[in-house]
Amino acid sequence: MDDQTTEGSPEATEGAGPGTAAGAGSATDAADSGAAPSRRALLGWGGAGLALGAVAAGGTVAAVRGGDRIEPAAESGAAVPFHGTHQAGIATAVQDRLHFASFDVTTKDRAELVQLLKDWTRAAERMTAGRTIGEGAYGGVAEAPPDDTGEALGLKPSRLSLTVGFGPSLFAENRFGLADRRPDALVDLPGFPGDNLDPARTGGDLCVQACADDPQVAVHAIRNLARIGFGKVAVRWSQLGFGKTSSTTPGAQTPRNLFGFKDGTENIDGADPAALDRHVWVSAKDGAGWLAGGSYLVARRISMRIESWDRTSLQEQEDIFGRDKGEGAPVGKAHEHDKPNLKAMLPTAHVRLAHPDAHHGVRMLRRGYSFTDGTDGLGRLDAGLFFLAYQRDVRDAFIPVQQSLARSDALNEYIQHVGSAVFAVPPGVRDTGDWWGRALVS
Amino acid sequence: MRPARLSVVSAIAAVAALTAVTGCTEKSDSKAAAGAVRVTADDTSCDVSKKEFPSGHVELAVENKGSKVTEVYLLFPDDRIVTERENIGPGTKATLTAEVKSGSYEIACKPGMKGDGIRQKVTVTGGTAAARSPEKDAAVAAYRKYAQEQADATLPKVKVFTDAVRAGDIEGAKKAYAPSRVGWERTEPVAESFGDIDPLVDTRADGLEKGQKWTGWHRLEKELWQDKKLSPDAPGLADELDKDLADWQKRVGTAVITPTSMANGAKELLDEVAAGKITGEEDRYSHTDLVDFKANVEGAQQSYELLKPVAVKNDAALVTELGKQFAALNTLLDKYRAGGAGSGEFVSYDTVREPQRKELSDAVNALAEPLSRLAAAVVK
Repeated sequence: MDDQTTEGSPEATEGAGPGTAAGAGSATDAADSGAAPSRRALLGWGGAGLALGAVAAGGTVAAVRGGDRIEPAAESGAAVPFHGTHQAGIATAVQDRLHFASFDVTTKDRAELVQLLKDWTRAAERMTAGRTIGEGAYGGVAEAPPDDTGEALGLKPSRLSLTVGFGPSLFAENRFGLADRRPDALVDLPGFPGDNLDPARTGGDLCVQACADDPQVAVHAIRNLARIGFGKVAVRWSQLGFGKTSSTTPGAQTPRNLFGFKDGTENIDGADPAALDRHVWVSAKDGAGWLAGGSYLVARRISMRIESWDRTSLQEQEDIFGRDKGEGAPVGKAHEHDKPNLKAMLPTAHVRLAHPDAHHGVRMLRRGYSFTDGTDGLGRLDAGLFFLAYQRDVRDAFIPVQQSLARSDALNEYIQHVGSAVFAVPPGVRDTGDWWGRALVS
Repeated sequence: MRPARLSVVSAIAAVAALTAVTGCTEKSDSKAAAGAVRVTADDTSCDVSKKEFPSGHVELAVENKGSKVTEVYLLFPDDRIVTERENIGPGTKATLTAEVKSGSYEIACKPGMKGDGIRQKVTVTGGTAAARSPEKDAAVAAYRKYAQEQADATLPKVKVFTDAVRAGDIEGAKKAYAPSRVGWERTEPVAESFGDIDPLVDTRADGLEKGQKWTGWHRLEKELWQDKKLSPDAPGLADELDKDLADWQKRVGTAVITPTSMANGAKELLDEVAAGKITGEEDRYSHTDLVDFKANVEGAQQSYELLKPVAVKNDAALVTELGKQFAALNTLLDKYRAGGAGSGEFVSYDTVREPQRKELSDAVNALAEPLSRLAAAVVK
């Protein structure tokens, strides 16, 4: 196959130097008290849960600058604060698991869409705090199905973050009167050479990214939001992910992708406000005021030809990436974090093509995951990388980088892009009176 | 097909706890006891000797003075049968007995053994009375009537199908197949509450247990569409289908139906759609799934409409949502009608492509989710 597309690994946007470790011991609030509370314990907590939120939300610009959303080394059971200037799940330290869902809005009624966003927000506040939604999973009316599906009972909050995005199709003329609010930067992605996009894995009006350290907690969140949404939205496609392929806490060990290579060595540090402001957060000056404090998300399902890769010689594998397999050092260097000498790499090497130096310093914040959906009918691993990248403007970031990779990347022989979507990710929910997308649809 | 439903089982338990009655008819036409309620039936009347009697052991001494064979029933307010006696010939007597709790009941005589019968309200006094809601009783009685009507209307349609099978008329049988299933599909949760009938008439090849003989609609469906010829067993299978469905018709009035089982039955009908029709598994040879689909939705809607007066008091928003989602699903289904509005004919499901199936599935989800809350709105 000649599929040439790219961006197989989050090498794509390496920064210049190693990021600062975000402080291995600086656990946030909930984690400070030692073992995180279980969901069951939180059921009775109401007030305490709110207090946690208040500390985290802080509300002031100063607190935000100081690292709102940053929660680098929280214990894996802790709760990630839901409220803030930015949505959790972007700069937040990357959790171990993902359930990502794309939805079509089926209602034509704007008021219903607004109500859905409010209902989702209230449910997300509860679930991210480790609480059940509605009246809980048991103890209600015997004749009715419980409000909460119950599979997360007894589990810790597990750093669940829920992040919402709006696809270009939501802004279509004659739908919800949002056509004039579509940001210029929310473009439809162009076709890239080698793309083999499955419509059933592409696009969507809304997305929800659920990240957690426990897959059951992430799946519970998407399942319950989908349930709340029936009749107003329908799941278009969804993707489970495991084994984060990049880290927003660069001090931690760099994760490897399914090709066995270290990825995201120098991803944007979630605790580096300057880099976030420059490359990730949309500014009011960028155009659409409602999106200030938000970001743009590109999601790509990248299928990997695992068996072919595994039969490829070590030399070729390393040449293709431009790094060695053991240490992760760039070609000709000794250590993973050594500054790469791009000219020493093959012109088609993945790192060389994806590096910020090849793209006027452009960077994206990547938080993709490996996936495997078992095997296909031929016994081949149905696996790959679910690429997720946040950026301030896709026209400066993902699109040019991907065009370059799609054209030349040596990795294209082993990967193929089979799903694609782009979303405008609104700013954070400020407090319990606020809701996802309020500034857009109000 | 599936084993007894949870909702049916729990409904039985609930009803047993509430009303408690063992109805039985005496085997012989022995003389009535002194305290018996005398029921004098003829072709136009149904007189009872007393309209109020104490709870406990009750005996009805029936005399048919008319010219037609009659039946006599003691009925709950929701039309469920407390006790009954069929085939009481002109000039003959019969005795019915039952243990009855206090409350309101009806005695019905059915000259010619047809229709709703001639009814008399009676009151049983003393003891503890089961609390009843006239609105809920009316809903259950109306649904029971609907279930009976569906069964009654189904038998002649099945006969068109089975006659064609017996005659070796493949085209005629194919044409009659889907219409013969509509009444069954509309009332499937009630039909399935008779756990012994469902496996005989509505089992698919993959639902067979080891050693189970495959009978019923889907076996014949396979012969007609896949094998394209009728096997030597076909006439016998047709006979069995007639017989098993006649059994259903006869027993449908005795099904335990409660407001809760009606509401959950409506939701189960949508589950049937989601499990078998959306996937095209139900009628995998004939691809007439959309006919069954529509019938399931109609049956669910019937339950909903009958329960609406109760539900609207407890959850008006839910009723509004259900009305909207039933309409949306029906509008969507109308797009697939083959013979014009009201024809009952739908396009072959193998022509319905994946994105369209997704759209149907989304509409089913949109309806089934609020429908799952109907029972709670009814029992509040």
